[in-house]
Amino acid sequence: MRAHTIRLQAGADLAGFRVAIRRLVPAGIPPEAVTWIDGEAASLFAEAELTEPGPALALPRAVAALIPSVVMHRDPERYALLHRLVWRVAGGERHLAEVASDPLVHRLYLMRKSVARDLHKMHAFLRFRRAGAGAGGRERFAAWFEPEHHILAEAAPFFSARFPSFDWSILTPDGSAHWDGRALTFGPPGRREDVPDADAFEAGWTDYYSSTFNPARTNLAAMRAEMPKKYWHNLPEAAAIPGLVREAGRRVGEMIARAPEAPMKRVPARALAAMAAQEPDSLEALNAIIRASEPLVPGATQAVLGEGPLGADIAFVGEQPGDQEDVHGRPFVGPAGQLLSRALREAGIDRERTYLTNAVKHFKFEVRGKRRIHQKPGAGEVAHYRWWLERELAFVAPRVVVALGATAMLALSGRQVPITRARGPASFGDKPYRGFVTVHPSYLLRLPDGAREDAYVGFVDDLRRAATLAAEARAA
Amino acid sequence: MDDALKKKLTVLADAAKYDASCASSGAPKRKAEAGGLGSTTGAGICHAYTPDGRCVSLLKILLTNYCLFDCAYCVNRRSSNVRRAKFSVDEVVTLTVEFYKRNYIEGLFLSSGIIRSPDHTMEQLIRVAKTLRQRHGFRGYIHLKTIPEASPWLIEQAGLYADRLSINLELPTEASLERLAPEKDGAAIQTAMGQMGERILQAKEEKRRFAPAGQSTQVIVGADASTDESLIRTSARLYDHYGLKRIYYSAFSPIPDAASILPSQSPPLQREHRLYQADWLMRYYEFSPDDVAGATESGMLALDVDPKLAWALRNRDRFPVDVNRADREMLLRVPGLGVRAVDKIVAARRHATLRLDDVARLTSGLKRARPFLIAADYAPTRLTDRLDLRARLAEPPRQLSLF
Repeated sequence: MRAHTIRLQAGADLAGFRVAIRRLVPAGIPPEAVTWIDGEAASLFAEAELTEPGPALALPRAVAALIPSVVMHRDPERYALLHRLVWRVAGGERHLAEVASDPLVHRLYLMRKSVARDLHKMHAFLRFRRAGAGAGGRERFAAWFEPEHHILAEAAPFFSARFPSFDWSILTPDGSAHWDGRALTFGPPGRREDVPDADAFEAGWTDYYSSTFNPARTNLAAMRAEMPKKYWHNLPEAAAIPGLVREAGRRVGEMIARAPEAPMKRVPARALAAMAAQEPDSLEALNAIIRASEPLVPGATQAVLGEGPLGADIAFVGEQPGDQEDVHGRPFVGPAGQLLSRALREAGIDRERTYLTNAVKHFKFEVRGKRRIHQKPGAGEVAHYRWWLERELAFVAPRVVVALGATAMLALSGRQVPITRARGPASFGDKPYRGFVTVHPSYLLRLPDGAREDAYVGFVDDLRRAATLAAEARAA
Repeated sequence: MDDALKKKLTVLADAAKYDASCASSGAPKRKAEAGGLGSTTGAGICHAYTPDGRCVSLLKILLTNYCLFDCAYCVNRRSSNVRRAKFSVDEVVTLTVEFYKRNYIEGLFLSSGIIRSPDHTMEQLIRVAKTLRQRHGFRGYIHLKTIPEASPWLIEQAGLYADRLSINLELPTEASLERLAPEKDGAAIQTAMGQMGERILQAKEEKRRFAPAGQSTQVIVGADASTDESLIRTSARLYDHYGLKRIYYSAFSPIPDAASILPSQSPPLQREHRLYQADWLMRYYEFSPDDVAGATESGMLALDVDPKLAWALRNRDRFPVDVNRADREMLLRVPGLGVRAVDKIVAARRHATLRLDDVARLTSGLKRARPFLIAADYAPTRLTDRLDLRARLAEPPRQLSLF
């Protein structure tokens, strides 16, 4: 058997390994015959007999996925071990990577685990220091880190995804990574001295670290298992550890020994009473809260509050404000509202003496071109607003509540029911008012001309029945 | 960073350290937008570990440690004589952003004593989260401790900005709450949890952003007479009914300026550890609450053996288990075999017959597993029948804390 020497670039030379393995394995050159050398000048394949390219290797996914991780490991044997793996897989052991108990696979998995851990620790334990201003007045930060394996290229994108808004450099003994707000570049090794030796927030951070430690739970073994000492010299807060440990016993002893002292503060009875009575106590107070709250649906310029007198016989609950309502901040002023006004007149109901409101207080829409297209609120969104609607109706105290359409029905009853089946008198659960269900006037607007007239007559008829119901309730 | 701010930070970090939750996991993966700051990786990152072995993942602070409530187990109760401080919204935002930029933290865990009213307090917490998200384009992790007595619409808004919301149960029974936390209302806490669970579920269905990392809670262990079994059953109910992501068990810790109705004593850290192990058995090992209850001795988990081993010792007739044949569920019951080891065994045995050496490479818990399993070249010699098996496997008695 002829001996072969393969030289790869220093660090994690995945491309070099890929080229090499694609030639070695099809050429039938076994792992025993190859010596892998990394870190020398990149003179790949000095030997002439390896210039014949073989067919591409089809490796199982688990094997292909393992290679890039192991290549990052600092163990000089990594390429030889991977060669053995690929050799055996190509030799018929297709499922080898699934046999984690195989000594070779086990060793490679341990190497992958070590690399993954090192990556994780670099993401966690790297500390930036402010390093003056970067280009265009941007902030600039720098960090020194000593990774165990060749992971800089793999680790850096995490930082550019996290810190795109300032410039930074990460220096390591093997190489450096730089971010300028647009692109990530890699350069030669750095020196610890090239990173500022202090930062304005380090003392505060160390104070935080010290304060969040609970001396009654001291467990040094657990700390060292997760944050090995080799990382400490680059962690500013680690300087506090010896002092914290030294003082822990005394601090706990003092806590336990100290007898409870008499409290200095008296019971803040008035503050407690004020706290207990914090629910809004009037419709105005409730409306102030609604007005001040963020929309719980996307869109909306302002909350649209209910309108009408307290104690109105009938309250109408619609779905949500539309485009016009959102602009004017008043309910039922758009086309559907105008249709409702007309129907109320024909049914002999005085709009001014009813209470008009919506299940959802904000306009939910999607912008298409210049138009804001109404979007139906979801069940969750309706539920968000339910608490407000219930309080609102409790203050208004109507005799009859009319649900206009399915969303109002859902808000009032908590159930999703087709309107065609629910239409007419209804119960919305254990409520002090009677319920009635009909369609939403915007439904009428969407009907074709012929059908609209009939449906409108039915709608007016519904409103009359609701008025009768209210008269009955008043009499009762 | 000026001295006044540093002083506040010392007081308000110290005041928050008894809250066990510090995880930054569970949020969907996010990257910062141009000009913004922060990302989440899904898995959570611990940026440092303190000498108590617990990680620092988030800037965990209180907005203020003034509090109207007088909960006996809490160092910040109104009758406590501790030093008080209060951050402004902008101060918390500055600290979070500056610490984050230096890669000290994954985000913010913000809680607060109750000042003025629960609603006022909740509004302040929301303002911090909202400012971070809107003014700084912050896409890192935010966990808000909600005030259960605050109005529901405020909790809704908190969910728009936070990754995780939590409501601390603190004590597992109404009676304990009554005695130790007179202003707290157990029913209100559970109602708030229930509502929050519903909202999170609905938002998921509607693909809306609302506390995407779910909700969690904390129960204090050792401040009252609750048994481990009742704690575990409470937990199972919370996971089941409210879809909680995590339940943190926090060993009642001696606190400076302790209330006189609590005994000054060393914290039952080992008990806390066993409860977490029992919790894992339910979440990852397909154990039912009854199984866990079956591993307790008059309601308490053993301190010298872990709950899985305790269960196995009580159910010796179900062992030994053949690693080459047993189904996954039964392999998960073998002491010393973790979920990953079991998955590797199941994958490997499709292509190979496992010997004891092979199993040894897949787990670090072989010593505990040995008496309970059969491999191609190994069968325990009636080891499971030995009377002294427990003593042979139990952890040697040791000093639990350094003092």
